[in-house]
Amino acid sequence: MSKQHVSTTINGDAVEFLCEPHQSLLDVLRDELGLTGTKEGCATGDCGACSVMIDGRLVCSCLMLGVEAEGVDVTTIEGIAGADGLHVIQEKYLEHAALQCGICTPGFIVATKALLDRNPDPDETTIRYWLAGNLCRCTGYDKIIRAVQDAAQNLAYEA
Amino acid sequence: MGAYAYRAPSSVEEALSTLAAEAAAGNRAQMLAGGTDVMVQMRSIDKGPRTFVDVKHVAEANELRIGDDDVFIGAAIASAVLNENDELKSILPGLIEAADLIGSTQIQGRATIGGNLCNSSPAGDTIPALIACGAVCVIASPGGEREVPTEDFVTGVGTNVLEPTEFLVGFKIPRPKGRSSDAYLRFIPRTEMDIAVCGAGVALTLDGSGVCTAAKVSIGAVAITALVVPDAAGALVGTTVDDGALAAAADASSALAKPITDKRGTVEYRKKVVGVLTKRAGAIARDRALAL
Ligand SMILES: Cc1cc2nc3c(=O)[nH]c(=O)nc-3n(C[C@H](O)[C@H](O)[C@H](O)COP(=O)(O)OP(=O)(O)OC[C@H]3O[C@@H](n4cnc5c(N)ncnc54)[C@H](O)[C@@H]3O)c2cc1C
Ligand code: FES
Ligand code: FES
Repeated sequence: MSKQHVSTTINGDAVEFLCEPHQSLLDVLRDELGLTGTKEGCATGDCGACSVMIDGRLVCSCLMLGVEAEGVDVTTIEGIAGADGLHVIQEKYLEHAALQCGICTPGFIVATKALLDRNPDPDETTIRYWLAGNLCRCTGYDKIIRAVQDAAQNLAYEA
Repeated sequence: MGAYAYRAPSSVEEALSTLAAEAAAGNRAQMLAGGTDVMVQMRSIDKGPRTFVDVKHVAEANELRIGDDDVFIGAAIASAVLNENDELKSILPGLIEAADLIGSTQIQGRATIGGNLCNSSPAGDTIPALIACGAVCVIASPGGEREVPTEDFVTGVGTNVLEPTEFLVGFKIPRPKGRSSDAYLRFIPRTEMDIAVCGAGVALTLDGSGVCTAAKVSIGAVAITALVVPDAAGALVGTTVDDGALAAAADASSALAKPITDKRGTVEYRKKVVGVLTKRAGAIARDRALAL
């Protein structure tokens, strides 16, 4: 098998890796680069556990090839917290108990970050539609929505 | 035994020579746009080696031009990007709402209308919307460019007119003039993330007194390919698109539909609902045109 060389940026760092041409970005992140925060729930684009941002746009890393990361800017859950601690979104998920088993949480947090980056003051309907591609079997979603609303308010206050 | 490979040509010319070289070498080449069908199928019904030819770096396939006479939408543009373009949304609201129905935020970030058409599923949401607004497929071919009306593009379930050495560059859509608008509706049992039970796209033009002078109606997920419904269009033209005309258009769609019974719905149900969607999409397109 001939592996392909890819140069990309992940969470602000220049990264180079080798991967199979048909390997998903999700598998590259987890198996080649040890970035296991991004989860696999379905590998068919339905659950959103594998959510990452590509050049600021929310996508499923299970539906993207690793080789497609050439020259782009990838943000994973590992890139959300700052040097001085958790991001407000992460704190609010904890505070509102918006997670139980946690498998869906990295995807939800990346999706929330992508939403608040482009719309700092979303209403509840907007939040629910934006997060419709993220599935959670545990929480029943309400606590997640409250966490997102609270995070939005805090971010607005900080800005 | 072939192997997997990935190519990212930057122009139509380079993409065509890549496809030709793969064909000459006896390799299977597969165009890759957003990958939201390709990746799912590669893990389930379509395993096996191939060369991915990524259309996303082809310059021409990333072009979006809103001209006086027509609109060109490149095949590589993700639906989220189309949806963020307010001018495009105001000119072709029906087509953009169809693109916006595809999957979640994450899927929208990658999925293209070109991929939706080339995947050629009977339930592809953008296909009736493309047909209704008169979209013409611009195809890059070894012999030059050729154009195929969208209604002639899909030939069966998962099959279309593209040769292995060809690919879709984008869509040329006549720019709606005067009081012209379009609408697309689909029915699914939930509000998000499902495959259409059926769908209907309507595009129409009204004159100064609100009388319909031109219309095109297309229905999806009720036959092997999306269908054009000339009798539904005929029922609207010459009327003010009032309730009677819309009811006649609905009957025409129900009559032409040739659906199957599956877990999403029975034949009778789909025939009925596709009529209702035709009526409602017609009313939305009419109201949009009246508001112009
Ligand atoms: C969770 C989920 C939800 C979905 N929901 C919907 C939905 O609601 N409605 C719906 O209609 N679809 C839906 N889909 C299916 C899919 O997202 C759409 O069909 C999408 O538009 C495909 O576009 P793409 O750019 O990802 O195509 P790709 O996967 O890249 O390609 C699809 C096919 O088209 C070919 N192709 C792509 N571009 C070209 C080109 N330029 N020239 C020649 N061939 C080309 C590819 O070779 C492949 O055969 C969903 C998929 C997922 C995973
Ligand atoms: S693992 Fe990618 S959407 Fe479920
Ligand atoms: S917390 Fe368990 S799936 Fe969401």
